[in-house]
Amino acid sequence: MTTQGRARDVQVAGLSKTFDTQRGEQVSALQDINLGIRAGEFVSVVGASGCGKSTLMRIVCGLIAPTRGRVAVDGEVVTQPRDDVGVVFQNAVLLPWMTVKDNVLMPSDLRERRKAEHEQRAQELLEMTGLTGFEGKYPFELSGGMRQRVSICRALMCQPSFLALDEPFGALDAMTREQMNLELMRIWTETGATVLFITHSVPEAVLLSDRVVVMTPRPGRIADVITIELPRPRSLKDYGSELFHGYTSRIREHLGAQTLA
Amino acid sequence: MATPAESESISAPRRSPSGARWGRGALLAIALPSITLVILLVLWDRAVVHLQIPSTLLARPLDVLSELAYGLKSGILLTHTWVTLQEVFYGFLVGAFAGFAMGALVAESTWTRLALYPFLVAFQMIPKVAIAPLFIIWLGYGVSSKVAFTASITFFPVVINTIAGLRSVDSEVLEMMRVFRATRWQAFYRVKLRFALPYLFASLEVAMVLSVIGAIVAEFVGATKGLGYLILQEMHKLETARVFAVLIVLSVVGIILSWIIRVMARAALFWHESERGMPN
Repeated sequence: MTTQGRARDVQVAGLSKTFDTQRGEQVSALQDINLGIRAGEFVSVVGASGCGKSTLMRIVCGLIAPTRGRVAVDGEVVTQPRDDVGVVFQNAVLLPWMTVKDNVLMPSDLRERRKAEHEQRAQELLEMTGLTGFEGKYPFELSGGMRQRVSICRALMCQPSFLALDEPFGALDAMTREQMNLELMRIWTETGATVLFITHSVPEAVLLSDRVVVMTPRPGRIADVITIELPRPRSLKDYGSELFHGYTSRIREHLGAQTLA
Repeated sequence: MATPAESESISAPRRSPSGARWGRGALLAIALPSITLVILLVLWDRAVVHLQIPSTLLARPLDVLSELAYGLKSGILLTHTWVTLQEVFYGFLVGAFAGFAMGALVAESTWTRLALYPFLVAFQMIPKVAIAPLFIIWLGYGVSSKVAFTASITFFPVVINTIAGLRSVDSEVLEMMRVFRATRWQAFYRVKLRFALPYLFASLEVAMVLSVIGAIVAEFVGATKGLGYLILQEMHKLETARVFAVLIVLSVVGIILSWIIRVMARAALFWHESERGMPN
């Protein structure tokens, strides 16, 4: 892998977001979120749908502005999307008229004229995600899992030092999902980037993360932050371990408590 | 875009998968319309003979055919067809480009939308045929008045579909473009325009049909050349067979022009559901 930019730390301080509904009411999506992500750390956010985790993600990426508080990447306050942040959405959002390779190269094509080194980088990324031989295919010729891999390659194209993923595997079947989890772990290890990973799957969060942030809805608040001390490298075998089970039940207690309340 | 339950299959045939039956299908596709045509022509011919319809009202098919052959051989039909084709071509080009530019202005900028849209709607409400005489007054009996009128009639479907197309872009895709810090022009040129293409081509097909109508109507109003002019001339002489011969030429011209648009659409929209021939 080509050298990565230095990993970034991310600071979320006193973050709140209120939306105005069409009826003129105010809905609080996020309330007083405080979270620090160390450089190179893998942090997951889990929570039921509607707990504001996607809103958090969109603020962190600079797509929407918070009502109060701020997000800082490496000490710089985020006001708009940054060059050094790679984003993967729930849907792959590939451009259907472009080949796999052109989709991966798109972020760099937007910035400068295409060079041989860009093409080489794209080729390396496709190789890393097992897509060699699919460079010339179009998105509609790929399976859901492959599209999402292309989307991850695209996010990595400009060598981000911070990677934000919003339920990237939510649309995939269970088997593909597990495989993608392993690949994401490998990519994270190889690139050393800081990762913010949004998911609604508790085991997925535990398997991948250094820390898991549990959020509760209405208003979106952090209920707990759990440090996962499973030794690395991890594999699907960890699913069976006592320790793993302890983490998932602790997280589920938080999530279950809301549904009973 | 990626939908949940998608199969793992990689191969996606561009065309319908019934390749083995293609030969028989193509044969039927030629044979059945031919049979229909022969039956219709025979019925037509028998009706004229048995009902003793005068040739000034309805000519027999063979008379029409011989008029067509004569018109083509003498060059009369070709000369007028060439004039009408030019009117159609330039009118279509001007109308489509102006329509696209107007649509883009209205869809992309609030200022131009507020300033222009009410007048667009008002102008669209005028029956276009009613303004054809104005173009003759302004531009004379030559080709330019026909081009102007044809352009005015092809303009609106393109405007409307350009606006609809540019607004059809998935908000997720635009968000993705923002994340990758695309400029406004890049987002327009690289994404919105592409997503608007299916709409644009749909309107171009309509505009192509309308542009032939436009050229003929404008020639009816006042012309010295063209197929519309020819129809009027032959009508005044009660040469019904020749009128029919012109209609056949017009039909063939229309079919060829629509086919050209469809071929272009197919090449440009290979990625779109409408051209892939597979359910999604």
